[in-house]
Order: sequence, then structure tokens, then C-alpha cells
Amino acid sequence: MGIQVITEKCTGCTVCVKTCPFGAITVINKKAVIDFNKCTLCGACVSACKFNAIFLDKSQSQIKGTPDISSYKGVWVFAEQKKGKVQSVAFELIGKASELAAKLKTHTAAVLLGHDIEHQAQELICAGADTVYVVDYPQLASFQDEPYTNVLVKLIAKYKPEIVLSGATFIGRSLISRVAIKINAGLTADCTGLDIDHEKKLLLQTRPAFGGNIMATIVTPNHRPQMSTVRHKVMPQPPLDKNRKGKIVKETFPLECFASRSKLLDVVEEVESLVNIAEADIIVSGGRGMGGHENFKLLEELAQVVGGAVGASRAVVDAGWMPYSHQVGQTGRTVAPKVYFACGISGQIQHLVGMQSSKTIIAINKDPDAPIFKIATYGIVGDVFQVVPELIKKFKEKLKK
Amino acid sequence: MNIIVCIKQVPETTEVRINPETNTLIRDGVKSIINPFDMYAIEEGVRLKEKFGGKVIVVTMGPPQAESALKEAIAMGADEGILVSDRAFAGSDTWATSYTLSSAIKKIGKEFGSYDVVLCGKQASDGDTAQVGPGISTHLDIPQVTYVKKIEEIKDSIARVERMTEEGFDIVEVPLPVLFTVVKEINEPRIPSLKGMMRAKSAKIVTWSAKDMNCDPDNLGLNGSPTKVVKIFTPPPKIGGQILQGEPEVVAGKIVAFLKDDIL
Repeated sequence: MGIQVITEKCTGCTVCVKTCPFGAITVINKKAVIDFNKCTLCGACVSACKFNAIFLDKSQSQIKGTPDISSYKGVWVFAEQKKGKVQSVAFELIGKASELAAKLKTHTAAVLLGHDIEHQAQELICAGADTVYVVDYPQLASFQDEPYTNVLVKLIAKYKPEIVLSGATFIGRSLISRVAIKINAGLTADCTGLDIDHEKKLLLQTRPAFGGNIMATIVTPNHRPQMSTVRHKVMPQPPLDKNRKGKIVKETFPLECFASRSKLLDVVEEVESLVNIAEADIIVSGGRGMGGHENFKLLEELAQVVGGAVGASRAVVDAGWMPYSHQVGQTGRTVAPKVYFACGISGQIQHLVGMQSSKTIIAINKDPDAPIFKIATYGIVGDVFQVVPELIKKFKEKLKK
Repeated sequence: MNIIVCIKQVPETTEVRINPETNTLIRDGVKSIINPFDMYAIEEGVRLKEKFGGKVIVVTMGPPQAESALKEAIAMGADEGILVSDRAFAGSDTWATSYTLSSAIKKIGKEFGSYDVVLCGKQASDGDTAQVGPGISTHLDIPQVTYVKKIEEIKDSIARVERMTEEGFDIVEVPLPVLFTVVKEINEPRIPSLKGMMRAKSAKIVTWSAKDMNCDPDNLGLNGSPTKVVKIFTPPPKIGGQILQGEPEVVAGKIVAFLKDDIL
């Protein structure tokens, strides 16, 4: 069990040494040597080695798994709602769930918790859910960790879905992590790709790691359900079929299920945060190259002229020039607008991960070697403080504003 | 108040690049740092101690070199450092990791009497899952509040905190013991003082193995991990588009023309 270097195949080329994110490999006498005090069995070296000289044995059988795995059927989506409105990420996931269910020849369902939300169930059916499980109680109107966890755990035990998907939102990530531990299930966060392995009928969950520098594909072979969270705007919105029919099942629970040690006292909306970059079709984003907080006024002006929102890189938010609600990237929001202006942004991979699905990317940077130019549709090597005012002028002319 | 802070030593991912020829990760030396979000957790723990008295116990699950992360935390003001290390933990996914850390916390509770607050960073910059914090609280069966941006007050064993949301924040009241995962908005981590660094240098780090914590071996390492990585690959190299040349006026004009359909 574990990892070993097949010395006959190893040429001492040191590619693995440079690849290991933990510095666990050294080359001694032209052979790679793994320091088990540092190795975490992540497998990055295995993929990097061109000579297949590193063997990672993961075949150790699982001592405990979910009993009777084959009885688990169906692909579920946790339909997150806020203030009685189902969030768009839930619809995106139903689209994906239907696709996965078709490959597995099984059904799709949505789980809707809240109060006075039954009327939203039909729209979930129109998006592709065959069944919507509705749990409607005043105690569930707003999200709280424990009541939502209890309900979801009980529903999963009752109906045994093989896959459960949720948006990787503040609520989703907190809730699903708890559920996965409680029911002994495997959970993969922030998946950018979901597919089915035809042979084993397993969910293939692909996600970025090491800040987006590498991609990992993960499976949950022995535990059910297989759980994943997916960020908003990673999967496309499915078309709505107004004539689609499905089942709405109202579930009842004893009140003890809603017991919560924590109490929600208030919900505060900050005006700043209502600049929802996640929904914007056009984003004008600034990085460290903008030089300072005052200079973002220029980007705000451009955003206003083109009807877009303002985004920011992590460096900008860390420096305090813009609030976190504007942050795009691995630790911020994922966006996929029609147009993304990257102004003074170098294009570190942690940022790219958050905006690379944008339809058209326009990069403006003084540094011709900035990584952003590799993914920009149109790149301008120049001074943002000269180019952006010209853009504002020209757009104003074009739009006659 | 006994405050436990869970931290992780991670590679400094901002330094990582992809080698365009081999399409693999390359690193210039391997710098290990405390996971950035955990710095805020350590700082908040020290601030709670300064306000309410008590101890800050920092714990990390990692290889022996992770001891340096614990020492850094002690330099910032933590009182004790505990390294949870064992070959049996290798290959742990978030389920096994949170089980292992919760076992450590249970043992800390026994040794120090009790614990009131467990602090974790929102997510680690290598795995980026944000699952271990909630996992720990579930294994311990204590309430949690994630994305905490401010601890407003703790009185009579009840905490009132601000939890970040997409639109702003919630105000949540929760009894102790409780687990918080924190975001960067919560504070500004201090730079260790000279005195702190001296203390860290002479601090004795305790190491606990799986046996020390009475862990169930079925729940550890690869065996205890429901998820398995089947493939690691570097994302396909991006192919750039056009670089526009010319005076700002000229390139701006071109952009406006290209975007005509999207913006109008």
C-alpha cells in the first residue's frame, strides 16, 4: 500500500521533483527517492512522470462502505432558496443532473426546503426535475445548519439517491459538508466537471486544486450518495419546458427535526454586495496594476457606460481597494460574463480559474509577458490609464451616451 | 476560555507555475506556509484569549515538518502546539481528516478540561474544499457557524457573530462550545513580536499518533476516505487570441468595433 518508485524505469530526470507541491522527492544517485514524511499521496508525480516510474497503489479495499450500494438510485439537486426564491445555481444543476441521470438511466429530483415555497416546485420540473420533494415549514424559511442538515439526512435515508448535487454557495458548502460527514458519504467541492464512468457507473468529479494549478478527477467508489458541490455559472442554464410534467411530493417531519442550537437573529443586506458580479453580463475588472483605490473610479465609469459590474482581483481586495464582494477568482466568485475586461491584472491562475469561461476576454496590461494574455481574446499591451479613457470615450460615442 | 485553532501547513501556491513544455507544475524551491485563512483564525484565537483569558491551543495534522507552522502560531500568541502525525493519516480526504482532527480535539478536551471555541480558516489554499471545518463540528456534534466575519460578543456561554452571505451578512446567536470558520474580513493578523518568536523557539511541540488519540483505524488515511483521486492532470494550456497594436485611441476603437454585438 502506498507509493513507490520503480527504480528500473526511473531515469533521474527530476520532472517529479519539480512537480511535487510538497517537495517530497529528491534524486539521489540518479534515482528518485520519496520522503514519506512529506508525501501526501496526492499523485501529481505519477501523472508527471513520462516513464511511468512511480506507482501509487490505491487498491486497498475499503473496510467500511455503504451497504447495498446498488439500491441507491436517482440524481438529486438541493434547490437552494433565499427569501422564497430558488437560486439560479439550482437550475443549472438540474440541467446537469438530467444529463447524468440519462446516462445512468435513472430519474432526477430536486429537494426544496423553505416556507411557502411549493409554488416554485413547478419551475424546477420545467427545468428537468422528475420529482420535487417539498419540505415546507416556517422553521425552514431561512437557512440554519442543523434543521436543514437533519431534514436532508432523513430524506436521503428514506429515498436513497445515488448522487446529490448542490450549489457551492455560502449555504451549500456549509450544509453539504455537514450532511456528508453525518451520512458517511464522500463529498467533492467546487466541481468544474461532472460525468459518468460508463463501465463502473460512477460519478467522475473533476475540480481544480492547488489554487487551480492542477485538476483532479475524484470518485466515490464505495459510499453513497456521491456528493458534489458546483459553483454558480459553471454549468449552463437548462432550457425551460413549460409543458413538462412531474411529481411534487410534500414531506412531513416531526418538529424535533427542526431543533437548532444556533439562532438566526437578523439578515443584513449590504448595498455594496448587491452589485452582483455573478449575474453581470459585462464585467470591468481591475488588478494590482490599477495602482490604488482612487483609480477604480475609472473602471466604474467604464462599467457604467457599458452597463456592467466592477470586479477585482484578490490582490486588490487584500490591499483594501475594493470590498470582497467584487472579488473574482479561486477564493472569490466564479463569473462567466459575455465580456470580461481585465485591467492591470497579471492573470495568476487563481484569478483565471474564476473568469476563464467568459465569452470574450479583453486584457490590458503593461507587461507583455503577463499570463493573462494567454487566455485573452484581445490583448492590449499598454497603459490602462491611457487605454481605458479611450474605451470610455469610444463607447460613449458608439452608444450615444 | 479554552480556544482550539486548527491550522494547516500548505505549499505557497502563488509561487507555482506550469512548465509550458512539459505541462507540469514547477516550483522554485518549496516554500511551506501556514494556510492564509488560518492566520486569521490564529489571530482571532489570540484576541479572544486577550479579552477573556484562557489558553490558545493550536493543532495541525501533517508530516513532521508541520511543526514549524505550530511554532509560527505560538510566536503570534498561541500557548500550546500539538502536532497530529502518523503514517496512517496519509492519503486522507476531508472525511478522514476531519475525523482525525476531531479525535485530537476530544483528547485536548480531556487534557485541558474542556474547550469553548474551535476556530478554523474558511478553506485551505491547496485543497480549497472548505469541508474540514464543518466536518470537525459534525464529528464532535457541536454547532457551527461558517464564514464568520466578526465575533460581536460572547457572554454567558453564548456567542453572537456575523456570518457572511452573498448579499451581506446574517447575525447568528449560538451556544458554546461552537466551531467557527473565519474569513479575512474578521481581523488583521499580527506580526509576531520578538518575545513571541523567542517563546516559539523554545516551545515544546507535543506529537500525537493515531494510537495516542484512540482513533478507529477504519476511519484513517486512504482506508477512511470515501473519495479517491483517480487522475491528476494539468489543465490544457490556454491558447491566446490577438494582441492588438497601436495607439490607445486606435486599439480602443478596434475593441469597441469587436464588442459591438455584445454591448449594444
